[in-house]
Amino acid sequence: MARPMSEGGGAVAFSLHRPQRGRVGNRVRTLAVLVVAAFALGALAVLGLFAESQAMQTDFLQKSLGPDAAHPFGTDWMGRDMFLRTLAGLATSIFVGVVAAGASAVIALVLGSIAALGGRRADTAVTWLVDLMMGLPHIILLILISFAIGKGFWGVTIGVAVTHWPSLARVIRAEILQCRQSDFVALAARLGQSRARIAVKHMLPHVFPQFLVGLVLLFPHAILHEAALTFLGFGLPPEAPAIGIILSESMGYLSAGMWWLALFPGLALVATVLLFDCAGSSLRRLIDPFTAQE
Amino acid sequence: MLRFALRNIAKFSCLMAAVSVLVFVLVSLSPIDPVQASVGQAAYLNMGEAKRAELARYWDVGTPLWERYANWAGALFRGDLGMSLRYNAPVSEVIAARAASSLVLMASAWAISGVVGFVLGIVAGMYRGRAADRLIKGCCIALAATPAFWLGLVCLMVFAVWLGWFPFGFSVPVGVVAAEVTVLDALRHLVLPALTLSVVGIAHIALHTREKAIDVMEGDYVRFAQMRGLGRWQALLRHGLRNLALPALTLQLASISEIFGGSVLVEQVFSYPGLGQAAVVAGLGGDAALLVGIALVSAALVFGGNMAANLLYGLVDPRMRKEEARGSAYE
Repeated sequence: MARPMSEGGGAVAFSLHRPQRGRVGNRVRTLAVLVVAAFALGALAVLGLFAESQAMQTDFLQKSLGPDAAHPFGTDWMGRDMFLRTLAGLATSIFVGVVAAGASAVIALVLGSIAALGGRRADTAVTWLVDLMMGLPHIILLILISFAIGKGFWGVTIGVAVTHWPSLARVIRAEILQCRQSDFVALAARLGQSRARIAVKHMLPHVFPQFLVGLVLLFPHAILHEAALTFLGFGLPPEAPAIGIILSESMGYLSAGMWWLALFPGLALVATVLLFDCAGSSLRRLIDPFTAQE
Repeated sequence: MLRFALRNIAKFSCLMAAVSVLVFVLVSLSPIDPVQASVGQAAYLNMGEAKRAELARYWDVGTPLWERYANWAGALFRGDLGMSLRYNAPVSEVIAARAASSLVLMASAWAISGVVGFVLGIVAGMYRGRAADRLIKGCCIALAATPAFWLGLVCLMVFAVWLGWFPFGFSVPVGVVAAEVTVLDALRHLVLPALTLSVVGIAHIALHTREKAIDVMEGDYVRFAQMRGLGRWQALLRHGLRNLALPALTLQLASISEIFGGSVLVEQVFSYPGLGQAAVVAGLGGDAALLVGIALVSAALVFGGNMAANLLYGLVDPRMRKEEARGSAYE
């Protein structure tokens, strides 16, 4: 952002003479945030996978304990450690999120490209499909899909995967259309380059970053919708480690004052979603030329 | 103007037809056997062949999909949505009975989130970069990452269990004759669900309004007003507010889809007897007719919101009448 020079002009002049060593640039800091967030998510997924078998272990001598040093998130009415259950649940969420968001992003890429490159009819058809998908509330659509193909891991993953593409498809369509009308693409065509070469050499480098950012920013939506669907009873089965299951089970114990059953797993879910959000916006700041210098 | 309205009505019928086909096909794909679902496992096993065949005929088993759709769509035009399996009543009655409480919940949440989000967005935009801005922005980003149902659970724990200020769920007191339920009772049961649901929409509208407020404050007309001696806030209130209110209202109208989706979750948490809860019961209980009915109602509401936004823009901005106005921004 261009700031008026008069604002603290003396300080600027002074700092020009100061050695710049030791100052970390914004770009480096954004990159660091991205790496830390990605690493934390990876660690969560791995830890959660290892925690899964232990998370299912019941110990009726230690049931319904509040949070303490041995069980930081407390235990449930079957003596299962809530911390381990939460970890395993987050790993499930991340896994479903990655599969579903990846599939959704591919659908968005294909449909967005078809709309932008396939002529007027294809464009109308895809736009119509986007309107149709957005015409129903997301949760209702997910319930209908779960009704159609059944519950369970694949039911919820497919449901989340086939409903999250419209917004990204619109972005990709707009991006390709803008790119096609740009001078450098027209110039390349005049110079006699083939359509395939233009697509790979000139358009892909513009569209791919947007696609990547869109993909990462789909994760939070996918994870929250998986949790919501599971919470309602349409998603993962009750024996699966999932945050939605933990939270819907905790409903029966709220009036008994077992607040830790709902509070910590939910907070952990929010933190995970924020991590994905953070990674996505850092990536965008790094890739997008308009903010790359900030 | 008339043509603009007519085109929207045509678009509505077209979209509703497409939605109804989509919904009907999805529901028909279901692996649930309608005969078994309607009578239950035990009764199905004890049932004679003839009775089973009769039920299969009643549920149109074996009829091709398009024929079933044609029958259903024909009945729909006569106002017949079929019978609800779980509530044992016509779908239209079930929906009518529940729509009122759902609409009250959604409307109050919609209004609260709109007003609060708008005010927060303006405050954040006016104090850009300062503590208030960072606080509001941080809260909004955190709220956008928070699932509505978890927030509902936390509200229940804090306000209903711990503090005891509000009742623990439902829309009316338990054990009281319907005629004796006062408006105050209903309001007390509405507060927590409505607040939880309104939080879902605040983040979006606040962040959007913040960006707009920053733009408006950098605009020439606001600068001119300030040169004439108006304060920042005065300039905003007199000249900027109109330019902020319309996009915000449009965005809020387009967010009806999210509010409806959120209401499904919130009603489930608070055992609030509305459309969302009925949708969950229908989905889990194999009640295809009710599920289809609720899906159509939700699609009509969403489209109504988008069309209202379009009409609003068309009224205010003549350029929009020519172009294809699209109210729904992407999520």
